[in-house]
Amino acid sequence: MNTHVKTRVNTSTAQIVFAALIGLTVMIVAGHLQAATLHDAAHDTRHATGFPCH
Amino acid sequence: MLSRIVTSALFAGFAAGLIAALLQLAFVQPHLLHAEMFESGELVHSVTAGSSAHGPAYQFDAMRDGLSILFSALIYTGYALMMIAAMAFADERGHVLTPRVGIIWGLAGFIAVHFAPAIGLPPELPGSSAADVGARQIWWFATVGATALALWLIAFGRSMMAWGIAVILLAAPHIVGAPHPDKFHGGVPPELGGLFAGNALGVGMAAWVVLGLLAAHFWNSEA
Repeated sequence: MNTHVKTRVNTSTAQIVFAALIGLTVMIVAGHLQAATLHDAAHDTRHATGFPCH
Repeated sequence: MLSRIVTSALFAGFAAGLIAALLQLAFVQPHLLHAEMFESGELVHSVTAGSSAHGPAYQFDAMRDGLSILFSALIYTGYALMMIAAMAFADERGHVLTPRVGIIWGLAGFIAVHFAPAIGLPPELPGSSAADVGARQIWWFATVGATALALWLIAFGRSMMAWGIAVILLAAPHIVGAPHPDKFHGGVPPELGGLFAGNALGVGMAAWVVLGLLAAHFWNSEA
């Protein structure tokens, strides 16, 4: 694998990891953070999705 | 690459989240509202006399149900970002992603995120007894992570070793066991708890199949 190809693969892997981390963050904030306002707003969805809730 | 993942995830995640929310309001919410009447003490369950099997008539609550739709869309968009990132990783390694394959991805996602954690921590009605939320969250994330990795190894592993590790990862969370409370105090009829858990899992499966299908569709149309 030459340097050019290696760089391209590394860049795309970094972008894949970055996208997955954004997704994980969104899921944690919307589904798992226990801050009262978030919890109340997301309450029914959290129960229905099977997330541990309060 | 990043814009292709994010664009596909926004479309597929929002659509699947919307479908999940509508199914939730139709099938899960009536049981949840019924259970809240026991949680608040408005209804009291008696084992000998029984209690009504019919909950309150469902009426759309713009604020409460609107927030459910919003958060469902957010959560499924988060799922979509993670799943499409994994799809992109597989796609780069020559695993062609057709909508039919997308459905299998969706079923695998459902198993990882809903079904496997539900074995130890079934979707809980308001008013259920439960262990400390922090301990349950740790077990939940560990179970989802181990199951997702195991399913990846089963799908893409090329050796008996990979499959062996997958079996261990699938079983480990359940051998360790989910955190449970020392005592059960729930005043909600157990029948209602069963209906809630069954409906919640059914809605999750339907939404994940749609998510997998749409993720593959948008991934290919964004190429």
